[in-house]
Amino acid sequence: MRKTQRNQNSIGPRARTLALAIVATLTVTACTPMMAMMRNVHRPAITEFGLGPRTSANGVYVATLQTERALKPRQMQTVRVSIADAAGQPIEDATITIDGGMPEHGHGLPTRPRMTRAIETGTYEVEGVRFNMGGWWEFKVTITSARGTDTVTFNLAL
Amino acid sequence: MTSNRFLIIAAAVLVSTTTAVATATQDGWSPKQLEELRSLSLSEREPLAKDPTNRVADDPRAAALGERLFNDTRLSANGKVACGTCHQADRTFQDGLALGQGVGTTAKRTMPIADTARAPFLFWDGRKDSQWAQALGPLESAVEHGGTREQYAQVIAKEYRADYEAIFGALPSVITPDQRETITRIFVNIGKSIAAFERLVEVGPSRFDRYVDAVVNHQPTAGMLNTDEIAGLKLFVGKAKCTQCHNGPLFTNNEFHNTGVPQRAGVTGDRGRLDGARAVLKDEFNCRSQWSDARDRCTELDYMATDDHALDGAYKVPSLRNVAERWPYMDAGQFATLGDVLDHYNRAPAANGHTELKPLGLKKTELRQLEAFLRTLSGPVLVKGQPYRGESR
Repeated sequence: MRKTQRNQNSIGPRARTLALAIVATLTVTACTPMMAMMRNVHRPAITEFGLGPRTSANGVYVATLQTERALKPRQMQTVRVSIADAAGQPIEDATITIDGGMPEHGHGLPTRPRMTRAIETGTYEVEGVRFNMGGWWEFKVTITSARGTDTVTFNLAL
Repeated sequence: MTSNRFLIIAAAVLVSTTTAVATATQDGWSPKQLEELRSLSLSEREPLAKDPTNRVADDPRAAALGERLFNDTRLSANGKVACGTCHQADRTFQDGLALGQGVGTTAKRTMPIADTARAPFLFWDGRKDSQWAQALGPLESAVEHGGTREQYAQVIAKEYRADYEAIFGALPSVITPDQRETITRIFVNIGKSIAAFERLVEVGPSRFDRYVDAVVNHQPTAGMLNTDEIAGLKLFVGKAKCTQCHNGPLFTNNEFHNTGVPQRAGVTGDRGRLDGARAVLKDEFNCRSQWSDARDRCTELDYMATDDHALDGAYKVPSLRNVAERWPYMDAGQFATLGDVLDHYNRAPAANGHTELKPLGLKKTELRQLEAFLRTLSGPVLVKGQPYRGESR
């Protein structure tokens, strides 16, 4: 009886480990685009589109995008991001990272854009931006400074 | 009260008139669809950008030399293979074979050349980042040209000395195998000359372009495309979702996607762009290499995605221009006909356990209409804007 109990106890964790391994494997190998396609995504209202100013998810920052020309599909582009706090004070010590993609199609950005330099007080240059088709794109700017980390999501219509 | 009613009626008339104007276009295209059609027209193709990595890219002397080298079978192990052997000028610069045939049999379908100067990455897996670096790959491939860079340097010194020196400067009177740097420099300049020629190869307008240019400018389109072709175009930009990848005037987003196409029988371990992205970073002749003429301007490499799971088994999205002229299809000629390709995209099987596609559920009639539309994308392949049937000499 005790032996059976021990066996059951030892099988339990093993089964759990196996289940976890299967879940982990599925998560790693499953097709990311397919998973995203199954998500129900709703295109935001037209008023939610544009270059900003837009407030970050937790209200820490307000960011605005500037482009030399209208953003176009399939071209490598440079984007400037102006960052201020909620009171409008420019943020001088920010580092930013970029993510994004097409929620309706479930894919990310085709390139890996990076902040390359600060242009002036509170304005930063991001290079290597490309969108591989027209339509609704999310362009997510994650900002870190002494005030903390927060993300501004821009909806762009190309 | 009366004036209020008048205003309401006037407003209603205004709204309905505006709506009628906005929607009344030929063949039932909405203004939004017309904008999408315009984006696919060859009239929207951007002027060719400079290639700063190749300082002779726009030198007509280099293009003339490159054209001769492109067709020279002495640049091969057996004296029988030139670039033009597989990239046949009278067949939209491809060969119509499932796998390219050089001195041996390659693992891939020969790609067409037109407008590749506009592609940031070349080959099915994008393992090269310029036309000149691409041109060097087949020359040293054991199954394509099969020769060595030293052999090719000797051909230049013997057969092309004056033309070469006029562009690139003096060659040593004798080239010996230990002059490795000199040999590689000559080899690179062969690639840069061939690229100067290939830059001139572009597609010309097709029936589709003439139709779009007319319809977006509200000019008569009668007889330009038939009803099946127009229906196919509507599917192409609509529920068939083709423009997710095949967009812009060249019908390609220049990216790499896994569409679940089965590998050829016996092929394993080909991971497409995942390998190609790593390879181009290490390539001896990439934009950052000592052979590049703009090592500090490598934006494509600097911001390239290398770590994305979606790159696994992904291949380059080919242009669809002249697609009806170049069966069999896909990266290794897996599908014999356009009908087979459309059937695959409609069913969307995940051949290798992965595909970005979703089944489209199109009916047979719709697949036939899509195919009819794709056939309207055939047009001339031009060199320097002129029809071209091969080497001009």
